[in-house]
Amino acid sequence: MKKFLHKYWIDFLAIPIGLFVFAAPFILIFLTASKNSKEAFQFNFEMPEKFLLWENIKTVLGTSDGVVIRAFINSTILTVVSVTLIVVVCSMAAFVFARRPGKLTNFANIMVLAGLVVPPAVVPTIWVLQRLHLFKTLQGLILIEVAYSAAFAILIYKGFIASIPKEIDEAAAMDGCTGFALWRRIIFPLLMPVNVTIIVTTSVAVFNDFTNPLYFLPGSDNATVQLTLFYFQSAYLTQYNLLFTDILLITIPPLIVFIIFNKKIVSGLTAGSVKG
Amino acid sequence: MMKRGIALALPLALIFGATVAAPSQAADTEITWLVDNGQANQDAANALIAAYEKANPGNKVTLVLRPGGTDGDNLVKTKLATGSMEDVFTYNSGSLFQALAPTKNLLDMTNEPFMKNVLSGFYPVVSAGKKVYGVPFGTASVGGILYNKKVYAKLKLKIPTTWAEFMANNKKIKAAGIDPVIQSYKETWTSQLFVLADYFNVQAAYPNFAADYTANKEKYAKNKVALRGFQYIEENKKLNYFNRDYASTTYAQALDKLALGQGAHYPMATWAIPQIAAQQPANLEDVGFFAQPGPKASVNGVTVWVPSGTYIPAATKNAAAAKKFVGWMTSAKAVDVMNGVEGFAGGPYYIKGANIPNALPGAVQDVMKYFAKNATAPALEFVSPIKGPNLEKILVEVGLGITTAAKAAAAYDADVVKQAKQLGLKGW
Amino acid sequence: MSKAKQSKIANPYSYALVAPIAIIFTIFFVIPTLVSFFFSMTRWTLFDWEFVGFENFVQYFKEASLAIGFKNTLIYGVVTSGLKVVFGLVLAMLLTGRLRAKGFLRSVVYFPVLVSTIGVGFTFSILMDPNYGAINKGIVAFGKSIGWETYGPGWLVDPNLLPLFSVAFVDVWKGVGIATVLYMAGLASIPQEYYEALAVDGGGAWDKFRNITLPLVRPATAAVVILSFIGGLRSFDLIWAMTNGGPGFLSDVIASINYKQYQAGFYGLATAGNVILLFFVLAIVGPVYWFFNKKEKQA
Repeated sequence: MKKFLHKYWIDFLAIPIGLFVFAAPFILIFLTASKNSKEAFQFNFEMPEKFLLWENIKTVLGTSDGVVIRAFINSTILTVVSVTLIVVVCSMAAFVFARRPGKLTNFANIMVLAGLVVPPAVVPTIWVLQRLHLFKTLQGLILIEVAYSAAFAILIYKGFIASIPKEIDEAAAMDGCTGFALWRRIIFPLLMPVNVTIIVTTSVAVFNDFTNPLYFLPGSDNATVQLTLFYFQSAYLTQYNLLFTDILLITIPPLIVFIIFNKKIVSGLTAGSVKG
Repeated sequence: MMKRGIALALPLALIFGATVAAPSQAADTEITWLVDNGQANQDAANALIAAYEKANPGNKVTLVLRPGGTDGDNLVKTKLATGSMEDVFTYNSGSLFQALAPTKNLLDMTNEPFMKNVLSGFYPVVSAGKKVYGVPFGTASVGGILYNKKVYAKLKLKIPTTWAEFMANNKKIKAAGIDPVIQSYKETWTSQLFVLADYFNVQAAYPNFAADYTANKEKYAKNKVALRGFQYIEENKKLNYFNRDYASTTYAQALDKLALGQGAHYPMATWAIPQIAAQQPANLEDVGFFAQPGPKASVNGVTVWVPSGTYIPAATKNAAAAKKFVGWMTSAKAVDVMNGVEGFAGGPYYIKGANIPNALPGAVQDVMKYFAKNATAPALEFVSPIKGPNLEKILVEVGLGITTAAKAAAAYDADVVKQAKQLGLKGW
Repeated sequence: MSKAKQSKIANPYSYALVAPIAIIFTIFFVIPTLVSFFFSMTRWTLFDWEFVGFENFVQYFKEASLAIGFKNTLIYGVVTSGLKVVFGLVLAMLLTGRLRAKGFLRSVVYFPVLVSTIGVGFTFSILMDPNYGAINKGIVAFGKSIGWETYGPGWLVDPNLLPLFSVAFVDVWKGVGIATVLYMAGLASIPQEYYEALAVDGGGAWDKFRNITLPLVRPATAAVVILSFIGGLRSFDLIWAMTNGGPGFLSDVIASINYKQYQAGFYGLATAGNVILLFFVLAIVGPVYWFFNKKEKQA
């Protein structure tokens, strides 16, 4: 018995503390989302008298003509299209940067660094978007997300591609497979592990993005889920149960991603990043 | 290989395709209307649309909601700037209206036939360059002090007509264990009422204040009378008359406290009445109103917030249908509809011959007494285009004791410089 | 698409592959950044501008409600990255050690990274409510039980720096998962033999940590510090959701101040604020990056 305790004492300490610190807020979200508005106002961890989660979800989804449903559609389109573009165009570019040293690659390295550090100039970006008639459009926001995620994606891809032996390229090139075909047939399939990482991290980042839709896609008719949640603050003045139901709803997609890709996230992220 | 081709084609198609947006506009008799998402406004808007569509079959109005507060301000400005505003939209009048660049962005309504339904007192707050651009939405609201009648009855207090009497009442209230003054700094806009509602007293002492303020000749820090509003906050903070949790109380919680008698006074405007009606209907009649008192009992009146305006953007593609709807909103029928929305009427309409419902909440009846005496003045933001964006946060600092009234007034004077310069006003 | 197909000795790594991202990045990132330097010196309405020289910048440094951002941003950046380094390493060591519930706890620690920042902000605002929030209710109850009368601190409303620190704490809660993962990778790359060798020489746990672990996770530390520092200095979402820069202006950072100028329609001033933030980040992250690079070369 003593041996059992000695072996597992860290677990006995760590699990409750870990749950308390990291899981308690989510429990609060779930409980509050299941209460009626009076109970929700108490802000406590008590169980709801009646389990109203499903009713609350229906209310939230019906608010303002289904703005939350529209927001989910918008957020999904935004995430899927942005991430697809990022995976394709960034791995293409990273491939060239990793293999072809030269002035352009040096310049690209500086640009990647800039992309990571420099805060985007928001109002001038609005000015550019307006001139291209892309302001307040989902298309415009997609291109913005691609531009802002490019630096990180290229960095990760470059690191990973460096570990693919150059002989493979040369063998394929001798068979006449170059450029786009080379990338598409040979390299891209080999990038699957890091593709998963990029897809997971970028889709979570784009789905949870608040600042960019706030600036570039203002307005409730074509908002994203983060924006509708933010705007609900003034609409649900006293109905915290509905506010938290919305929080619960927008936590579900990342939760699904997490459950599926849990292990791969860790391995992919560390493969290319620590060496920097 | 095919799969990858499709994988590429799909996002490309989506990029150049349409986004999922609100229903698009079809015929000439279908228009969109942008209103802020506060519950009372939503209810009124929906009632108006229902009545209009019933009276005009074949005409459809689609309601679009936007957030209130500064997020809403920003949204309205960008929609106008990018030509993507709904056919009709409701927004503040006065200085916020001026910030919309009306002569460039809005449809001129000066010569429309329905304009004669609108009282001329409304014209100044929706005019620019001698043209009128909007019709009123809802009633005027009045700023002053909401108070709990039961507390006053229990402690046998009289309605104060001077500031000294008001503070004496506060002292007795505090001694009885009730919070004298409720503040709700979680929502910073509520911090402004002591200053803004005091404008009646300022303009009584300095009738030319608005014009001089606009011309950079008057300052809150310099003008002793204008400074008083700031000092009122400072004074109450020093004497500890605020509710203990005032730094985190929300607007809704403050209204509950007032209605339930946990606090005696709440400096606020009558747009709160419909909200109290929704939150504490049983206690609505416990709430009364009196004007924010000044130093002299002979000068006692209320500061009026002119109603929001309903405007039409110049870029609209449905001008005729929009004008028809806007014109209908000045009709007696529309007034009836608005009166039908519980607690929506908080003062007089700016529409000729408009009736106020007979069964008004007691607080609103208190308000009407001041109108009967003609003891009213419009708030500064309706007679001057200058209102700095930071006033509410600066006043929160005074209320929390972070800064003094004098420093806060100077900070606000510095703040409005940005606004004045952005508007390109002379003399700045 | 690939011009290199023409000749056999052409370079197989065609620059055409770079073109798509180059175009997007240039139009939507580079051009706005370059243009911002010009517009930061104007009074701007998005349609017309008036050149005003350095007036916007002077205003930023003069006006108290604007200048407070410098101090707050620096504090926020230092606190969040410092705590992420410390907690990240501690958690990583815990989660690569003897713990049986490793897999489960790793998931628990990492999950907040994936959740909406606004959602987290709202949730913690509720938890930190000074009168109704669970945290203070717990403190009050605990105080009662030991005879200590207290209402609990005003986490997000005290008129001092506490709100800023409270938001920083939530930032760390949400982001420590990434630091932990980076450190776990760093720890995994340290060969076990080093520890065994030191144990043979009589080294204890603290010696192992100081002489082996700490130096050899330096690359991970560098990554964590730089990434979280950059993020912390530019932080906006959480602060905006939890305090709006308040009470008053006490938790305003450069990013939230810039947003407020944009909200008010002062586009030139907002752009100037962006330029200031850029130089601020470069000025602070630059030396940190150089410091870690230098040590890398030494090590």
